[in-house]
Amino acid sequence: MWASLGWISWAVSAVLILWMVWDFLKVNRSFGEDVLLSSREGVDELFADSGKARGTER
Amino acid sequence: MSEQVAVQGQTKQINLLKVLGPVHVWALGVGIVLVGEFMGWNYGVGKGGAFGALISCWVIGLLYTCVAMIDSEITSTVAAAGGQYAQAKHTIGPLMAFNVGLYLVFAYTMLEAGDVQVVGFLIQIGATDLLGTAPTHWEPWVVLSLAILALLNYRGVFMTLTVNFWITFIAFLSIIVLFFGVKPWSPGEILLHKDLLTDLPYGWLGVFAALHFGIWFYLGIEGTCQAAEEVRSPGRALPLGTITGIITLLIAAALTWYVAVGLLPWEYVGWDLELAPLYDVAKISGSKFLHIFLFIGTLFSAIASANGCINDAARAWFSMGRDRYLPAWFAAVHPKYRTPFRSIIFLIPIGIIFAIYVPLAQVITFSILSGLLNYTFMPINMWKFRKMWPLGSIKRGFIHPFHPLPAIVLLVLCIATFFAIYLGYGNQLLAMMLFYIVASLWFVVFRYKYVRRGDQFTMPWPKPLGY
Repeated sequence: MWASLGWISWAVSAVLILWMVWDFLKVNRSFGEDVLLSSREGVDELFADSGKARGTER
Repeated sequence: MSEQVAVQGQTKQINLLKVLGPVHVWALGVGIVLVGEFMGWNYGVGKGGAFGALISCWVIGLLYTCVAMIDSEITSTVAAAGGQYAQAKHTIGPLMAFNVGLYLVFAYTMLEAGDVQVVGFLIQIGATDLLGTAPTHWEPWVVLSLAILALLNYRGVFMTLTVNFWITFIAFLSIIVLFFGVKPWSPGEILLHKDLLTDLPYGWLGVFAALHFGIWFYLGIEGTCQAAEEVRSPGRALPLGTITGIITLLIAAALTWYVAVGLLPWEYVGWDLELAPLYDVAKISGSKFLHIFLFIGTLFSAIASANGCINDAARAWFSMGRDRYLPAWFAAVHPKYRTPFRSIIFLIPIGIIFAIYVPLAQVITFSILSGLLNYTFMPINMWKFRKMWPLGSIKRGFIHPFHPLPAIVLLVLCIATFFAIYLGYGNQLLAMMLFYIVASLWFVVFRYKYVRRGDQFTMPWPKPLGY
């Protein structure tokens, strides 16, 4: 039984990892680097009255 | 769920999602750490006896209380992914920030590798005890748990940390249930402290050596601030989640020690081959329910820890990429799931390799050393932070009391713990130091030219005092 469960674990792991790799490649092909790398460090509402973060529209 | 797409010129801006609350912060911090109550701390008993481990639990508890207080104040103002890395680049400078970023990535990736190794071992142990038959290989379970957790992390932080909350809560509940299950109100019936507790077997030097393992009770609570960019209100949620987290851990550590040394002789608790003392306590308690529940609690604690570590290591790596400390390629955010997906995918194979090929004691020592280097940075960071932006100059979500006492206590305890680690793991400590020195040289010579120093100061603060 444990041998079968071991093989099932390998198979499920492979499916999950392959799905991530497939999605990863799909996203890299579908979106430009300017979009994917557009994240900027944000600010909290705590600082709402202190101005705005560089490069971030709020 | 808040939509974070903003228009910047012609480019859609994709940020990490601000969807987390204090409960998720608690789940992240306690989730990473709680596994340390189920295992690891007990090797301190082997060094200093039962009371030596208790003293180390208190002393290191004080160290982490200082960590939690300092972290809460600074993170409540530096609302950025990367935690202490983001703090370091604002208060000290690029070289310190690079090192702190590496400490974080190594501490979490190594801990994650250790956690999933433990999952594999636990499945073997639990199956043998409960079913009478066990899998011959633990590796499939290691890879399966990492693949499931990686997928969770890849697909969104909200679900990742909601799952972490529930499994951490069940693991914590198992410690509480075990405590009441061994009838602490009736000493001598199940708990045999009177017979089992001894004087310090190796004197005060043993207590000193036990400090190294006291770290297990709390290692990773500082991980809460990695969520800074994804919590809805960092100024409120981070201090609340972190302080309630450290309180939870102090309670769990006290209960763990009390139960374990009341049922097992200190020689057994501190034995090198003893993996999970709380599970063993449940096993000999005579209750099948406790036996099964503690197996589930121990397993869940290891899974929760690995889950939180994947989350935190990826955030630190992502932040370093975003500031060009590493190739900017790592700073990509998934347009649908809003996670640092390239960093997650990149770090998972490293976790798998260390989990399968490196012994547990080694990966955990790498993690502890990196964590300790990070704690040593914190008092320096705090002094600079209060000096450059004194109280009243910027808005803080939390102000920690008695400054500079916590910073001084933290620095002294870090130095003492380094010495304790040197006594048992001197070679690893020196090798780790050498690694960080070489990495720093690489950064200065080859990488620093890509860092855009002006852009990385993102907090809307006034100029620091004296500038």
